[in-house]
Amino acid sequence: MRESIIMKIHYGTALGAVALVAVHILMRMSQKFSDSLQYQNVIANYHFLPYALMLEVLLVLLSVHGFNGLRVILLELKQGSTYERMINYGSLAAMAALIAYGSRTILMAGMGVS
Amino acid sequence: MAVVETKPSEEPKSNAKTTDQTNTITLRISRSNPSEGQESTFAEFQVPVQKWTTVLEAILYVKQNLDHSVAVRYSCRQASCGSCGMKINGRPALACYTKVSELNSNVITVEPMNNFPIIRDLAVDFKQLISNHKKMKPFIIREDSEVTPESKEFIQTPQDLEKFLQFSYCIKCGLCNSACPTMATDESFIGPQGLAQAYRYVADNRDKGKDERLKIVDDSHGIWRCHFAGSCSQVCPKGVDPAMAIQLLRGYMLGFRK
Repeated sequence: MRESIIMKIHYGTALGAVALVAVHILMRMSQKFSDSLQYQNVIANYHFLPYALMLEVLLVLLSVHGFNGLRVILLELKQGSTYERMINYGSLAAMAALIAYGSRTILMAGMGVS
Repeated sequence: MAVVETKPSEEPKSNAKTTDQTNTITLRISRSNPSEGQESTFAEFQVPVQKWTTVLEAILYVKQNLDHSVAVRYSCRQASCGSCGMKINGRPALACYTKVSELNSNVITVEPMNNFPIIRDLAVDFKQLISNHKKMKPFIIREDSEVTPESKEFIQTPQDLEKFLQFSYCIKCGLCNSACPTMATDESFIGPQGLAQAYRYVADNRDKGKDERLKIVDDSHGIWRCHFAGSCSQVCPKGVDPAMAIQLLRGYMLGFRK
C-alpha cells in the first residue's frame, strides 16, 4: 500500500478516535464518575448494542492508529529492507491480534459470558 | 551652491578608530579523520579578528598562519556556492556568511555539520544530498521543451512565479538537512532540501511531471516522515522555507491542492 494511503488512514483514524473518545467520556458524565465504573454499569454498557458497537469501532480505530504510529517510529529508528518488512508485518499482526482480543472481550461481555 | 566644509580633524577619525580595533578570539576547530579511525578532538587557536571578519576568514587565518592541515570546503565567500556549511557555536550556518562579531562570544566553536558523513575535520560528504536532489528530477518535465525554430517561451504570470520562486533560491548547502531532527535518526529520509526542490518543480506551472515527483516522495522514508519541527527553515541562509514547501506538497498528496 502506498504511504500516502496509509497516512490518510492514519489521520482519519485519529479524527474518528477523538470523536468517539469524546462520546465515551460524555457517557461517563451521564452519572457520577465513580458510579460509571461500578461492575454492573460497565457490563450494562456491553449489553447496550449501539454502545458496544461504538466500543468495537473505537477499538479498531485506536489499534490501527496506534500500531501505525509505532510502525512509523520504528521505521525512523532503524533502516534496512528486512527490518522494515518485519516492522510492517509485525505491526499488522499486532493490530489484528489486539482487535481480535478486544472484540472477544466485547462479545463475551455482551453475551454475558465471563 | 552651498559647499559644506568639514574640518579635517573631525572627519573620518572616529571611523578609523573603530576599523582599527582588533580583537583576539579563541577558535575551537573540531579535528577528526574517520577514514584513519581518528576520533573527534578540538584544536584551539588564537585568531585576531576585526568587526567584519567572518568565521571562514578566521578559519583561513588558521590555515595560512597556524595549521595548514585544517580541512575545510569553501569557494565563493559570498553565500552563493553553499560549500562552507558547518556548525558554528552549535548552530548550522555558512562560515562565509557569519561574522565573528555577531556571535557575541570570544570563543567560537566550529564543527562539521550533523547528519552528514565526515570526510575530515570540517569537510563533510554531500553524496546523499546531491543524490536525493537528483532523485527529485530538478528540471522542467514536458514533451515540448525542446527548442525548435517555432517554439515560444512558456509564459508565466508573476503570481505563478511567486508560488515557487523562493524555493529556487536553494544553494544546496545542506544546512537544512543538518538541522533536521528526522534526518538524525532516519538516514534514508529524503530530507528538507530534496522535498523543497520537489515542491519547487511541482508548483511550477510550466512543469508536467507532478505525478512522477509525487510518486517519488510518497515513500516510507519520504514526505510523511517530516514532523514539522521547522528547524530547516530557521537555518536556511537564503530565506527558503523548506518546512512550508513540505506542508504545501502534502496538500497535493492529500488532494487539497491541484
